[in-house]
Amino acid sequence: MSTAVSTAPEQSTTRAGAVRSWKTPITLAVLAVFALLVFAIGAPGNEVTFRLSDPGDAIVLPPIVVFAPVMGWIGAVIMLAAAALAFVQVRAGRPVPGWLIAVFAVVFVAAFLSWIVGSARTPNVALYGLLAGSVTLAVPLIFGSLSGVLCERSGVINIAIEGQLLFGAFSAAVAGSLSGSAFVGLLAAAVGGVLVSLVLAVFSIKYLVNQVIVGVVLNVLVSGLTGFLFSTVLSADAETWNSPPRLPVISIPFLSDIPIIGPILFEQAIVGYLMYVAVAVIYIGLFHTKWGLRTRAVGEHPKAADTLGVKVNRMRFMNVSLAGVVAGLGGAFFTLVSVSSFGRDMTAGQGYIALAALIFGRWNPIGAFFAALLFGFATNLQYVLSFLGTPVPNQFLAMLPYIVTIFAVAGLVGRSRAPAANGVPYIKG
Amino acid sequence: MKLELKGITKKFGSFVANDHIDLVVEPGQVHSLLGENGAGKSTLMNVLYGLYEPTEGQILIDGKPVEFNGPGDAMAAGIGMVHQHFMLVPVFTVAENIALGNEATKAGGILNLDETRTKIRQISEQYGFQVDPDAVVEDLPVGVQQRAEIIKALVRDAEVLILDEPTAVLTPKETDELLAIIAQLKSDGKSIVFISHKLREVKAVSDLITVIRRGKVVGDADPNASTTDLASMMVGRSVSLSLNKAPAQPGEATFVIDGLTVTAPTGQRVVDNLSLQIAQGEILAIAGVQGNGQTELTEAILGLQEHVSGSIRLEGKELVGRGTKEIINSGVGFVPEDRSVEGLVGAFSVAENMILNRYDQAPFAKGLAMKPARVAENAAERIAEFDVRTQSATAAAGTLSGGNQQKVVMARELSRPLKLFIASQPTRGVDVGSIEFLHKRIVSERDRGTPVMIVSTELDEVLELADRIAVLYQGRLMGIVPGNTSRDRLGLMMAGMGADEAQGTDPARTDPESGDK
Repeated sequence: MSTAVSTAPEQSTTRAGAVRSWKTPITLAVLAVFALLVFAIGAPGNEVTFRLSDPGDAIVLPPIVVFAPVMGWIGAVIMLAAAALAFVQVRAGRPVPGWLIAVFAVVFVAAFLSWIVGSARTPNVALYGLLAGSVTLAVPLIFGSLSGVLCERSGVINIAIEGQLLFGAFSAAVAGSLSGSAFVGLLAAAVGGVLVSLVLAVFSIKYLVNQVIVGVVLNVLVSGLTGFLFSTVLSADAETWNSPPRLPVISIPFLSDIPIIGPILFEQAIVGYLMYVAVAVIYIGLFHTKWGLRTRAVGEHPKAADTLGVKVNRMRFMNVSLAGVVAGLGGAFFTLVSVSSFGRDMTAGQGYIALAALIFGRWNPIGAFFAALLFGFATNLQYVLSFLGTPVPNQFLAMLPYIVTIFAVAGLVGRSRAPAANGVPYIKG
Repeated sequence: MKLELKGITKKFGSFVANDHIDLVVEPGQVHSLLGENGAGKSTLMNVLYGLYEPTEGQILIDGKPVEFNGPGDAMAAGIGMVHQHFMLVPVFTVAENIALGNEATKAGGILNLDETRTKIRQISEQYGFQVDPDAVVEDLPVGVQQRAEIIKALVRDAEVLILDEPTAVLTPKETDELLAIIAQLKSDGKSIVFISHKLREVKAVSDLITVIRRGKVVGDADPNASTTDLASMMVGRSVSLSLNKAPAQPGEATFVIDGLTVTAPTGQRVVDNLSLQIAQGEILAIAGVQGNGQTELTEAILGLQEHVSGSIRLEGKELVGRGTKEIINSGVGFVPEDRSVEGLVGAFSVAENMILNRYDQAPFAKGLAMKPARVAENAAERIAEFDVRTQSATAAAGTLSGGNQQKVVMARELSRPLKLFIASQPTRGVDVGSIEFLHKRIVSERDRGTPVMIVSTELDEVLELADRIAVLYQGRLMGIVPGNTSRDRLGLMMAGMGADEAQGTDPARTDPESGDK
């Protein structure tokens, strides 16, 4: 009776090497040659300083000082070697290992930084500020992609992240201003996110409307509605309607004094701490609890879940609503942490970047977290660099986060696998 | 546990899928439901399992009426179901699939899969299943997936087990193993409802057979009744199960495949160094369990596959590397395995579907203009010739029954002179009456001197049509054997044994039909 099992290993004998794809090695080679020409040969002949801590910090680390051409050449050589290794791997019919791509990416970023900072008017940058700023900018992205994880893992496409963030920001601003309490604002943000979610849920789950269309329409609706209220009500009496108090920054004693990671992890407003909690809770929830098992089943094979007595549409409705809470909290970041007033379309497409982070992070909360950090880093780098005054025109730097987004989503993760029933409404029978 | 269905009626709009069906399943019995595709068997079982709500009628368990609002209720009442298309989440492990909906948890809602694993091992041991709880379902052979489905029902203490077309995806050997499992379950006092349209298996496994036709119970039959009688009951008129075709008169081998390899994007060789020839006026059947490279083989011939190496020659002309349209125009007729997706455009009319491969050629088109009169004329002729039951030639093809849709596809492909005819699953989901007709058409195409290639996963069909049989297993050719090769030998080849090796063995297995073919 074991024959059916014993035939399984034979399958591997018919496996030849994967169909050789030269995409990765060619991409790496092109980038490596680019690095050689620009970062190494075109390196500015001066020293670059990366500051690791503020002079006023409890623990002061000495800055890292590198000579730009040295960094450029070392980087270029490593990248060329990595590209060559990738060619060898593909030639032998083996996949290009993930660590190789990771090493390549890190070296590329390091070489790029030393080149561009070296070419700036002041070749001196605060590395700690660059990193801390990246995390700060990533906070709404992370909340946004977690909202996407919750929806899409249960089979509902969430294009409306942008709308959820924006309405969360708007609700937080108005409720915070009226009540004078930032925490009321935070609560209102969650409610605002849920309202957007409920519209998405009702139309996509109950009325089976195409989920992408509902999402896009919701984004336009929220943008129009908040824009209208902003120009009529909020602008007319900004004192009453649009001056929410800020959420206080809570520094954790001692831990916030650790160089570099201290300010990143332990010196945040409550929204920042909630973000870490949300990532952990959703990760554990999704992969280690009954709720998570059912959620994933409903997103992969709703009919199978139904035949086992799981209420598919109820589950989806619940998760989409929960996603609204999460995205709403992310929206609060804009008006209660970042700046203390609402502005027209202030989320500026962050919801779409969050969607990209969700895909880049392979529908996994932790993956989405790191993907969002990458996008946050790209955004912050652009701010910092335009401040330093680099030879690259500002308009090109402004493209940076979006170029990273396109490359990340299109190039590196062609094999990313969405939940099988994502976007497919469940109709019984 | 005794299960009774009383006067179950299920209507979808004006269509009556089940019409006052009565059925009694006694404890410890294997009760078969026999009927053609679309007779209403699966609908009935979905009513019983709580997936559909009956329009009328009652379900009784041990004499007491029960009402199911969902599969959860049916499971709680002791009814388990193994669906035709497995209800397993492919990316989950076996344990996760079995725990789903019935999860054991620790504090805080954290899953406790260890408990599920223990139960799986226990049941595996009891029935000799050998299912690894931590294997990911999509990596498992279908036979093992099916066992996981059975375990799923048993973990939930099912007393009545419904098996919906359980043998459709199995090799003959796996089928035998399943029949042994059913016997074991029966001896443990479980009742089995076995749904099938395969007479051979139904006869082998049943204690009692209930025949269903067009949503109604036609009557009960004894498992010892002859296949012909059962078939007549199922179809409603007498049918001849054998084709009595004349021996082939093979001519020159004009279709030659040499060293064909098709590689999937994953790197797996789905067709592995395959060589064969088909002569004019002969039918070569490709046998094998579903998913062993048949689809890729036919698609490679039609130019629908990427990553193809080797050679495919038709009358000396190389086909590899040519476009699909060019291949079709060089005289290849092709009936794809899934007619509703690949064979027809459901929203187009029957007439339009009948010229899909020649819409831009004379006499149906001239320059940029189509000639609707010629299209209609052609449709009228083909409808008459192939006896397509349709309201009119302008009806949408998607509204036709499976058998009639298949006739439309066949009519299109056979209505021009061919140099090669390929039919994949030519009679899947087709009623018995139409099968007879379609088989005759295939044989007459052969007798016209066309090389014919039939791909079928149904051994009955292969044996019926083939002059020679090529067996595929995991993309490799296990050998080419004569058309009258025994089921046992073919079964072993389908499980991966070479043609010569399969010849030598004499498996101790009783084949209830071996003399009846």
